[in-house]
Amino acid sequence: MSGWILALVQTALLVLFAPLLSGWIKWVKCKFQARRGPVPWQPYRDLAKLFRKEVVVAQQASPLFRATPYLVFSVTVLASSIVPAFAVGLPTAVIADVIVMVGFFALARFFLSLAGMDLGTAFGGMGASREVTVSSLTEPAMLLAIFTLAMTFTSTNLDAMVYYTLTQPFHIYPSFIFAGMSLLLVAVAECGRIPIDNPATHLELTMIHEAMILEYSGRHLALLEWASMLKMLIFGILICNLFLPWGTALHIEPVALSIGAFTLVGKLMGLGLALALAESVLAKMRLFRTPELLSLAFILSLLGMLGHVILEVH
Amino acid sequence: MYLYLAHSGVLLALLAAVVSLPIRSISTGARMAFALLGLSGLATAASGCMGMLTGCSLNLVLPIGLPWLNSHQHLDPLAGFFLLLVGGVTAIVALFGPGYVIGSVSDSAAARTLAFFTGLFVAGMYLVILAADAFSFMVAWELMSVASYFLVAHDHHQKENVAAAFIYLLMAQAGGLFILLGYGVLAGFGTGFTFADMQAAALPVHWQHIAFILAFIGFGMKAGIVPLHVWLPQAHPAAPSHISALMSGVMLKVAVYGFIRFCYDLVGTFHWQWGVIILLAGCASALLGILYALMQHDLKRLLAYSSVENIGIIYMGLGLSVLFASNGNPALAALGLVAALYHCMNHALFKSLLFLGAGALISQSGQHDLNRMGGLMRLMPITAICFLVGSISISALPPFNGFVSEWLTFQTALQGTVLDSGITKSIIAVAAASLALTGALAAACFVKVFGIAFLGQARSKDTLQAHEVSFGMRASQVLLASGCLLLGIFPSAVINSMQAIPTELLGIGLSQVEAGGWLWLTPISARASSYGAPLVLFGISIAWAGAYLLLHPRRRKTPVRFSPTWDCGFGSLSTRNQYTATSFSQPIRRIFRPIWPIDERVDPPETAAEGGRYSIHIGDWAWEKLYLPLGRMIQRSAKLVTKIQGGNIRTYLAYSFFTLIVMLWIVI
Amino acid sequence: MDIVVLTMAEQVILTLAALMLFTSFLLLAQTRLVTLIHIFALQGALLFATTLVIAFTYGRHHLLISAALTLGLKVFFIPLKLQKLVTHLDIKREVEVVGNPSLIMFGAAALVLFSYYAVLPIRELSMLATRNTIAVSLAIILLGMLLIISRRKAVVQVVGFMCMENGLMFAAVAATQGMPMVVEMGVALDVLVAAILFGIFFFQIRTEFGTLDVDKLNLLKEVE
Repeated sequence: MSGWILALVQTALLVLFAPLLSGWIKWVKCKFQARRGPVPWQPYRDLAKLFRKEVVVAQQASPLFRATPYLVFSVTVLASSIVPAFAVGLPTAVIADVIVMVGFFALARFFLSLAGMDLGTAFGGMGASREVTVSSLTEPAMLLAIFTLAMTFTSTNLDAMVYYTLTQPFHIYPSFIFAGMSLLLVAVAECGRIPIDNPATHLELTMIHEAMILEYSGRHLALLEWASMLKMLIFGILICNLFLPWGTALHIEPVALSIGAFTLVGKLMGLGLALALAESVLAKMRLFRTPELLSLAFILSLLGMLGHVILEVH
Repeated sequence: MYLYLAHSGVLLALLAAVVSLPIRSISTGARMAFALLGLSGLATAASGCMGMLTGCSLNLVLPIGLPWLNSHQHLDPLAGFFLLLVGGVTAIVALFGPGYVIGSVSDSAAARTLAFFTGLFVAGMYLVILAADAFSFMVAWELMSVASYFLVAHDHHQKENVAAAFIYLLMAQAGGLFILLGYGVLAGFGTGFTFADMQAAALPVHWQHIAFILAFIGFGMKAGIVPLHVWLPQAHPAAPSHISALMSGVMLKVAVYGFIRFCYDLVGTFHWQWGVIILLAGCASALLGILYALMQHDLKRLLAYSSVENIGIIYMGLGLSVLFASNGNPALAALGLVAALYHCMNHALFKSLLFLGAGALISQSGQHDLNRMGGLMRLMPITAICFLVGSISISALPPFNGFVSEWLTFQTALQGTVLDSGITKSIIAVAAASLALTGALAAACFVKVFGIAFLGQARSKDTLQAHEVSFGMRASQVLLASGCLLLGIFPSAVINSMQAIPTELLGIGLSQVEAGGWLWLTPISARASSYGAPLVLFGISIAWAGAYLLLHPRRRKTPVRFSPTWDCGFGSLSTRNQYTATSFSQPIRRIFRPIWPIDERVDPPETAAEGGRYSIHIGDWAWEKLYLPLGRMIQRSAKLVTKIQGGNIRTYLAYSFFTLIVMLWIVI
Repeated sequence: MDIVVLTMAEQVILTLAALMLFTSFLLLAQTRLVTLIHIFALQGALLFATTLVIAFTYGRHHLLISAALTLGLKVFFIPLKLQKLVTHLDIKREVEVVGNPSLIMFGAAALVLFSYYAVLPIRELSMLATRNTIAVSLAIILLGMLLIISRRKAVVQVVGFMCMENGLMFAAVAATQGMPMVVEMGVALDVLVAAILFGIFFFQIRTEFGTLDVDKLNLLKEVE
């Protein structure tokens, strides 16, 4: 029973602190650009403002348009409940299959693309078309990287993966280095950050995610924005805990849990720093240059898999 | 004995064929025929279910057929599974049929021939599955092919339908010939033509390879493996929509049944080369199928190419299974087989659902072209929701059924680490990555289909006339959609009921499936992977309810306001502003350009007032590089042969003269 | 199939092997000449690191001299020389790749698999834990050759030749813990001489033809 309560608490904490990660990245970026910038907890104020505002829906909208924000948000919250963040061994771990998690994000993306096409505007169709193109290019790289990891862990269960690394003696796996690099590129593409998509733009030629949610307002928009911040948090936790899980609690006791929480916060802050640095240094790529970047991700995961087969199996 | 139930299903189907022949009125004839067809479907489905669940095999020898080879019939778990599939989908299509036929067919003779050949077609499919000797199998196979030829050519006033039917018949006959040769090889080394004799036959290794190749090509032609698939995108759009549902949802599975029966049951020994061939053919079909589907804007042609993709996925599961079986891991081979069979069932359900929905759309809007549809969600809500369920299922998204079979296929591929050869392991890993690419492209394709057809604004005036379809048509779609959801939520129950099939074919079932309880699907072991489908649905509902209730006070304070779409101040938006099917897939067309033969033309405007013309035509490389040259070669050689017929009487006398000399020489 | 039996040094060597393979892939994908030279220098640095690790782990101190030679030649001298050559010949513009890049990448991956398959019997002969690196070395050699045949600029072909030599050195160092000192000195001298000769020849070719595009050397044939 205490396991279930802890799982619920973990989900609530992740949902509550997702905007803080987004705000931290923005704050660091502003510091790099020698600007004063908003405070790290600005996203909370933005969300609160959006929740207060009136919702305006176009007359031609179908019921799917109004249902999508709730669906996307609930699927993302479910994904956040299964990712191993502070501790392993929670009861939700039994559905914590990494392919299932990829399926959740695919479901959210499916409905978001449909919502973009719902009103018959050109922006929505463009956003949907680009989004499905980019996501179909990231899937093979992501899956091959996961396979490479699963070949060593002999499991696709996220909990089992983290548990394996925590309990086995430290070992450098070349395949993990490549799989990690590939997953970083894939995470950038999936979360819609530079150089794939600019989260701060409203120019039609440069939007992907923004174009799909252009017609939303008020609490619907707040739910969608929150879902995308939560998705970025989930990907960050995945990358941190799959490759550098030390600090995550093995048993459910207060000391271990607090160590787990602290190390997670530290790792996420570091990852956010790296992302902000990358976003400040790189420029957004033209849409038809993104296949080159994503094929680089695929080559990296392919090299990881080949490295495992050639170097790591005796 | 439930084998008799299956045979009564066959008789009911034959009765359905002839019952409407004397009846003049289209609606009465259609209703009676489809009622009988529905009953036959239910009967065979029930018998198939019992056959699968009881796990034992029934045999029967009927006193018809050749005198020295009476017709042997059997019903074992594998046949039971496929009978359940065929019967179930037939029963639901029979529910859809009357509304559709009455609405679209106006000529009484045409309606009667349609009913006649539909009954024969369905009876043929049942008999293929029930056959236990090569002769009955081939007779039933030919019955199935020829009856469906007439169904494809039903609307013969359109020239392209006739051409499509001809290609279909040609390839069906060629495939049948290969299958016959395959059976011939097996019978030649055995003692007879019954399946039992063939099972006992001991073939030398290179004859096993030959038999496999013959069966692969023969059954592959009917199933639709690239490059043998070219008849599919031509024949499915030509046939009436409920027939397309039967052909795509069920007939392709009968071909898969034949292939599984041949490889697993009749030949019996596995080689790793076979596994690699099946796996790579499956990969190619899956990738090329979905890429071609993305570029289509004719709805039924798109669904046909999507069937090619799903058959590819089924073959990938089978290839993995054969690889494991040849390596001596029967448990993992069972997993691969179960994954492939689950996908067979899933595809039968969601593809039929999509074709029935397409039939409803086409009959209501009068358009085949996606680029002329739009905004149909408000006009046909039930059809839209069922089509949405079908689209989510075919895109392999949780919690529906398509996700379960793809997840099982991934899990099977992941177990490839037990194989010894590093090369095979790498091939399996890359195949799994291509399966992921296929899944993502399928989602893209069906976002396009649903978004263009149902969402947005209507792109042509005819579409505005559409309204919701009749009760039977709606009910059949709702039943299929519920089937998709149920198979998605209770996978472990379904797999447990299928346990008899791998036990019969490979000797071992999936013992760990419910190791964690009925809620979790744990195909290999609880530690390796698990999927709790009911919990996923529960979790999504809880989170949704939570978000909805938390925002309830906000909803009361600031209710939703409706207003026209924001047009950036440029003036009213027209329906021409929105994306079309062709433009939606343009980024993918550009990235994967070499895959299709694209003929794109832009004609600049002649005067300043016009807008110019843009035309794009996407062909099929298999057609242009393989079949057209083959056709030309056959015609050239035929022309050479016609030189024998010179017309000169002295030449003909000379033929007789020389034949006489040769015969005298040989005899004396 | 357990790899936890390897010591930290052996894990580091395997990681360096994988990174060297990655630099070979990067070379195949790179179109700019200066970046190409930098990646080649990086590959040399990784080779230097591997030589150092082997020298210290297995106590082969003559490998330290080899490592110093690698550092001096492959990481500093030859790349600097090539870079000066490139600037002097004023060919810093983009390189054209023969055939499309995705096909070359998949060909490279297939070559890696093929080299793995080819050295499977040889692998059984070595008792060392790092015997898997033989496949990687062969792959690097083959990828260097792929680089030579897929590019048109002569400077890139020199880099490809140097990569092949890197792969050979790597095989010698990781799989057999170094060759006799005399052989290593000889090889290093050969490479240095080759680099100098290449530089001289390039000047002459450039003066004669006005370009360093090797496809234009077809003009040399006498039969029309």
